[in-house]
Amino acid sequence: MNRYVLILAALALLPACGQSTDPDSTAERGPASTTVLHRGNASEPQSLDVHKGDGVPSSNIQRDLYEGLIAHAADGSLEPGAAGSWEISADGLHYVFHLREDGRWSNGDPVTAADFVFALRRGVDPATLSNYSGILIPIANASAITAGRLSPERLGVEALDERTLHITLENPAAYFLELLTHPMTFPLHRPSAQQWPGAFARPGRLISNGPYMLDEWAVQSHVKLVRNPHYRDADRLHIETVFYYAIENPASELKRYRAGDLDWTDAVPHNQIRWIRENLADDFKVAPYLGIYYFGFNLERPPFKGQPALRRAMAMAVDRLILTEYVTGGGEQPAYSFTPPMASYPAAAPEWGSWSREQQLAEARRLYAESGYGPERPLEVELRYNTSDNHRQMALAIAAMWKQNLGVKANIVNQEFKVFLDARTRKADTEAFRGGWIGDFQDPVNFLDILQSANGQNDTGYADPDYDALLERAAAQTDPRRRMDLLREAEALMLEQQPVMPIYFYVSRRLVKPWVKGWQNNLLDVHATRHFYIVDTDDHID
Amino acid sequence: MLKFALKRFLGAWPTLLIMIAIAFFMIRVAPGGPFDSERKLPPEIEARMLQAYHLDEPLYQQFGRYLAGLLKGDFGPSFQYKEYSVSELVMAGFPVSLRLGGLAMLLALVVGVSAGTIAALRQNTRTDYAVMAVSMTGISIPNFVMAPLLILFFAVFLGWLPAGGLGDGSAANLVLPVISLALPQIAYISRLTRGSMIEVLHSNFIRTARAKGLPERLVILRHAIKPALLPVVSYLGPATAAIITGSVVIEQIFGVPGLGRFFVQGALNRDYTLVLGVVIFYGVLIIVFNFFVDMIYALLDPRVKY
Repeated sequence: MNRYVLILAALALLPACGQSTDPDSTAERGPASTTVLHRGNASEPQSLDVHKGDGVPSSNIQRDLYEGLIAHAADGSLEPGAAGSWEISADGLHYVFHLREDGRWSNGDPVTAADFVFALRRGVDPATLSNYSGILIPIANASAITAGRLSPERLGVEALDERTLHITLENPAAYFLELLTHPMTFPLHRPSAQQWPGAFARPGRLISNGPYMLDEWAVQSHVKLVRNPHYRDADRLHIETVFYYAIENPASELKRYRAGDLDWTDAVPHNQIRWIRENLADDFKVAPYLGIYYFGFNLERPPFKGQPALRRAMAMAVDRLILTEYVTGGGEQPAYSFTPPMASYPAAAPEWGSWSREQQLAEARRLYAESGYGPERPLEVELRYNTSDNHRQMALAIAAMWKQNLGVKANIVNQEFKVFLDARTRKADTEAFRGGWIGDFQDPVNFLDILQSANGQNDTGYADPDYDALLERAAAQTDPRRRMDLLREAEALMLEQQPVMPIYFYVSRRLVKPWVKGWQNNLLDVHATRHFYIVDTDDHID
Repeated sequence: MLKFALKRFLGAWPTLLIMIAIAFFMIRVAPGGPFDSERKLPPEIEARMLQAYHLDEPLYQQFGRYLAGLLKGDFGPSFQYKEYSVSELVMAGFPVSLRLGGLAMLLALVVGVSAGTIAALRQNTRTDYAVMAVSMTGISIPNFVMAPLLILFFAVFLGWLPAGGLGDGSAANLVLPVISLALPQIAYISRLTRGSMIEVLHSNFIRTARAKGLPERLVILRHAIKPALLPVVSYLGPATAAIITGSVVIEQIFGVPGLGRFFVQGALNRDYTLVLGVVIFYGVLIIVFNFFVDMIYALLDPRVKY
């Protein structure tokens, strides 16, 4: 009967489709064009203004539009961008950048040091209302300017001449060059930015210095970029046009990918990973991603207030191998530390992370009992997350592990994202809550800073003067090795208190059509379109 | 008549004001604000941001400011899409929704009325059962289930049509959203038409028409179809409302940048002004429609007093 109905439904629809379908526009089974790239890009960018974007979707587009002083190679390593060369003073406080002679804006104007000065000042100016100003803090006077105590002209950047830029730092920052790949440090074309203050990042107005320029922006649909003919390397760009589509739902994105509308997805739905591994294995790109998925404990309220042993018991009772194998299943790495492993900073996992499961459980039970709980007096706790299938599965699994291993009664509660964030920030009724953090650049402070007592991001209420002091000492430290040691010490101290329960380190997961070439995995998951090309071969059909 | 029109016109304003007030205060009740995100703003910037958008003022003052803006035709800036004003977004989304909804309505009417008529003429035959079975399915399967099935079948398996988005605005991109949107209406209209057509076919004047020897084709087209369509015509109002609300879901599923998608994303992002803009826009649209319908009724039906 069901089949009969379906066939009828299909038949009823056939004539309507036949009439409206243009035979040329049907889904291709090979690349439709070797010069056009269609990228899925999660949510709609809030803005393409380099100082007003919020998060990955806008950065992806901005990295195609603009070129910062330093750029990312395809493998994520650093390479010269708008600056052809630079010198760093011995004390690590002074950076002098020599801009390329052939740097041009998309209208043909030369890219000058003054463009960078203008943009960086605008980035820290509180009047700009930038949500990312904080990232520029390493530059001299930046935090005082953002707080409104100094004028933006006092920022430690100056144009020595048309093509030479001098940046002074507040403290030496080993990650400063990498920071210069962030859109917040990109230059701005002064005449257009001044002509339309606060509204220049629109088609017809936006002038950019990167490989591509803005051609079209249909809000909630797509952003279309075309090749910038004035870009210094324009002749070597293979992709002429790139589309970024706003598709929040990974399941919809997958369908559009399979239908051939997209060459590239931003993510893949959790529950289809198995299917993807079986059917689209060659297209599936999985790589470590600089991010941590964790649950936080509210240290300002019972039951976790003043209970480090209980928090450690809870963290030990969770089997991360099972969670990453069966709940996420996308190649995520189990996490025992808060900072993901990086080249300069191997993960600072506590010792129990390497124990056998039996040892972990025995210790968890001991700590649980020590905290005054047991079969007669089980801990009742609320586990809160923002509504999403993935988070729900994770919360259910963790609650089950707590129940099974310790006898904890956990109630899982879900809330719409903004309601959840509001509750987390207020700290008035959360107990344990989901959290996630993605690094902007490869340095542990990116992660450790958010647990500093005064950090607005610190939703756990963790406040340890020793931890804060170690971070401060690390910030003032010029020797990179010493600095890393201090940071590791800080992290170990913090993990001892377990204000957060790390679960796994993220991986980036996406599908890329086999004809798109030039892909290389990298930790920051940055993939500028200029590194890609499309081949039109016959062997792509499987 | 003029007096009636004027009365109606004046009566529309309080309705509009109440609607704006309810929408304005309702969305503020939702916890969280437009500038909350996983990455928090530095407190100084947040304070300035609230100030710049007047969100630091008492609510009644914000409401007054908003109304004053509306009188000048200013829907305010979007809190989420910082480069755009709400008017720009609404004006960008409306043509898309109009095209989608208009085509869906047209499709629903043409297919629904034809299918219903055919079913009525072949009452209790296989054709009739088939049409009614399909329409029953159409009514009972909600469009958020139907749409992904259609995408899977026609876009993913057959590869005939795009799976979503607006592309370059070509017709192919509209086919699936229009069908998904029209399907429940086709089902409803065909059942409505069938029922009323069967009733009309049994009435005396049809028997007379047949008795005087008119060919069946003329009996149907000249005599039966008009009275049979009356219930369909009165269903147009609810159908329009259903298509507007249906488009909220369909636009989201297909990623079509219409008003419905702006509305949903606006609500999730706490983009207060954008949500209000869409609500007011649709509210005004419906009030205007109702006004015209009242006028037309008054003209057509002498029993309506004014």
